[in-house]
Amino acid sequence: MSVTLNVNGVDHVVDAEPDTPLLWAIRDHIELTGTKFGCGMGLCGACTVHLDGQPIRSCSTPIGYASGKKITTIEGVQTQAAKAVQDAWTELQVPQCGYCQSGQIMSATALLETNQNPSDAEIDAAMQGNVCRCATYVRIRKAIKTAAKELRDA
Amino acid sequence: MFNRQMKQQGVAPTSRRGFLKLMAGSSAGLVLAMNLPKAVAAEDAAVASLNDAGQFQPNAFVKIGSDNKVRVLIKHLEMGQGTYTGLATLVAEELDADWDQVVSEGAPANTAKYKNLFWGAQGTGGSSAIANSFEQMRVAGATARAMLVSAAAEQWQVPAAQIVVSAGVVSHVGSGRSATFGELADAAARQPVPAYEDLTLKQPKEFKLIGRKVPRKDVGKTDGSAIFTQDIQLEGMLTAMVAHPPRFGAKLNGFDATQAKQVKGVVDVIAIPSGVAVLANDYWSAKQGRDRLQIDWDESQAMQQSSDELMAQYRALADQPGAVARNDGEVSGALAGAATVIEAEFEFPYLAHATMEPMNCVARVDANGCELWNGEQLQTGDQAAVAQLLGLQPEQVAINMLYAGGSFGRRANPHSDYVVETVNIAKAKPGVPIKLVWSREDDTRAGYFRPMYFHKIRGGLDANGKLIGWEQRIVGQSILKGTAFEAFLVKDGIDATSVEGASTLPYAVPNLKVDLHTVEVPVPVQWWRSVGHTHTAFSTEVFMDRVAKATGQDPVALRMGLLKEHPRHQGVLKLAAEKAGWGRDLPEGHALGVAVHESFNSYVAEVAEVSLKPGGGFKVEKVWCAVDCGFAVNPEVIKTQMEGGIGYGLSPALMSAITIDKGAVVQSNFHDYQVLRINEMPEIEVFIVPSAEAPTGVGEPGTPPIAPAVANALYALTGQEFTELPLRLS
Repeated sequence: MSVTLNVNGVDHVVDAEPDTPLLWAIRDHIELTGTKFGCGMGLCGACTVHLDGQPIRSCSTPIGYASGKKITTIEGVQTQAAKAVQDAWTELQVPQCGYCQSGQIMSATALLETNQNPSDAEIDAAMQGNVCRCATYVRIRKAIKTAAKELRDA
Repeated sequence: MFNRQMKQQGVAPTSRRGFLKLMAGSSAGLVLAMNLPKAVAAEDAAVASLNDAGQFQPNAFVKIGSDNKVRVLIKHLEMGQGTYTGLATLVAEELDADWDQVVSEGAPANTAKYKNLFWGAQGTGGSSAIANSFEQMRVAGATARAMLVSAAAEQWQVPAAQIVVSAGVVSHVGSGRSATFGELADAAARQPVPAYEDLTLKQPKEFKLIGRKVPRKDVGKTDGSAIFTQDIQLEGMLTAMVAHPPRFGAKLNGFDATQAKQVKGVVDVIAIPSGVAVLANDYWSAKQGRDRLQIDWDESQAMQQSSDELMAQYRALADQPGAVARNDGEVSGALAGAATVIEAEFEFPYLAHATMEPMNCVARVDANGCELWNGEQLQTGDQAAVAQLLGLQPEQVAINMLYAGGSFGRRANPHSDYVVETVNIAKAKPGVPIKLVWSREDDTRAGYFRPMYFHKIRGGLDANGKLIGWEQRIVGQSILKGTAFEAFLVKDGIDATSVEGASTLPYAVPNLKVDLHTVEVPVPVQWWRSVGHTHTAFSTEVFMDRVAKATGQDPVALRMGLLKEHPRHQGVLKLAAEKAGWGRDLPEGHALGVAVHESFNSYVAEVAEVSLKPGGGFKVEKVWCAVDCGFAVNPEVIKTQMEGGIGYGLSPALMSAITIDKGAVVQSNFHDYQVLRINEMPEIEVFIVPSAEAPTGVGEPGTPPIAPAVANALYALTGQEFTELPLRLS
């Protein structure tokens, strides 16, 4: 069976069952590997992508549900908020091993798309689903605030 | 002081005493080989300096091409600890390269060229990357620089002594000539490689990169372009998943793959020594296939015990004397004569590493040998294990070292567990690249855990409250027994990694005894960020606060008084206490707790501010951390490692534990093996003690002090005596 997925503005016809998790369609069929596998149960956030602009866990989203919607991965996220987040991430040296950071950046970007002055509590709420075993959380918090300021000043 | 240290570096990585201490205290300090950095220059003198790619390559670590890039080959695994930045900094400093032209690349597996100088084997661990490479990498950079200068001197017909190198540009003021490294690369390759004795390394005051914040070189981590093992895609590659036995020690009787093979995308199902492997075109097909396997396991020899039973056995064993790891004075007499004896027991569960990237590996086996793609942490060991399995020579096992999505010790498996599992599958499919992928559940349940431990401490106080005796008994599995590391770090029945941190207790206690019972349990165990210090720092530092309370002393003052022979412990303790405002008035329901601990020759003190939550439970509000790791090569990396080490140590302090039920692991994923999330991460401030000592590691030493610091703050708040992790208020 084939399912059409619009990823980063490009339509891809994927030969897979509709209940296949979006993560594996993105990674193994479309071969975009920036989106990571961490838990397979929506518990760690490493697989976070945007579905019509909303952050979702692609490991537990069936492609049948994602079809017809706009899917954005780390490779294709190009908004002003995304750029501010990526710049802050680099400047503040957030990533350590880096494996979870695509997901962190996708979650942080989604937060800043709607809230350009998040409080600590709002950051915690938006980022709680993204585990980082290197525990880069202090810098994630700081980088989100730096990016938010950048966006407010822009 | 620093200069003297530098000169000593030519003879040994640190002072002789420090080196021996390092070997004794280092978990992963396996083979003691006095491989001098000097050998780098000398050994390469005989080879041509132009490599196959036409680049100027004066030694195993530096390549400069006409593109003006300086490629630094990094012999250690980048797993987040910053070694791609750290080792490149050392090369670039002595080369006088522009930091922007420097690119870090993973070195191939080649023990002769890329061994860890502390081990004699190629591998990453024991927080040793900067420490063992400090001179080696600077010599590599200085060698390249000298040859670029010689080339310019020859071309421009000017004295080499008049040539200046700065930010990647070689110039001669008198003649106005200048050239980039790229322009000189070809000519430099034809210069003789200078002798080690002819190289002059910089003095610290001349450093332009060392000691400064520089952008990191492990790039691609903000746009998804960084390649991990999980991301490898090769022509014709199959993804493999393995069904492992449900209990440790169970064996395969047989299996029925009929349904599994009906899954579209499943290519084959084969039995391997560690279970049943499903091979498919992609992960999801492999998983669907594995879910449909019918497997008959023989559990007659499987482990049947549970964590509770094991701990009861450990506790009973602790009533008997064990193998003696340290024995100062005469502790039984001291305790018998003590005015007061304080007793404490501590229980520590198994812990999974739970790296964000579950274990995985790519292997291709063919007639010529084997090629691996892996977040490779123990090249020499993995090469040997794969070579033995395939009947090859170790050098026929090529390894592509990729970024690791975390390790915390896991990828340096002395049994090469997941690498061998991959190769067992790949050898059944010659020529086909096989990507083994573990699910989170596989990763959580496969073992190689931080062992479970039981500690019992008895401390004796005289009538004046002076600590006169300390008897500590530790019970647990040996990490090193049965591995290649055993010969070096297990002596007289004592696995150094079981007792480190207790056997090295720095406090001035005249009668001190530490002994050990090593138990045999079928649960596979391994080092876990900071190894033995994960439990010994907790028991010893929590016990110190019991002593403080019993004697009515301030916890910082008590420690300072007993650390007079240990100025570096004192230095970090004093700094952390000062920065935290130790002794200040705190809001109602808040308290500070402190711990200080040396591991891997680095000294760390942490003060934690903890508050009681109105609805129950507690929150770690803030941590002040002071670290003395000798001369600070990359201050920003040091800070990130302290922050990360604290965060990693908070998981077992607050929520993580692996439990065994009748030989099976209870936990499976992040819902029941919970780990620290952003909402529980405290604010952290890190302070680096200025030092001229030779640099030591930072990957692990931030972890040990945090759990006891938090426990001690809670003890101050509630009076509750904590005997186990995770910490739970009663």
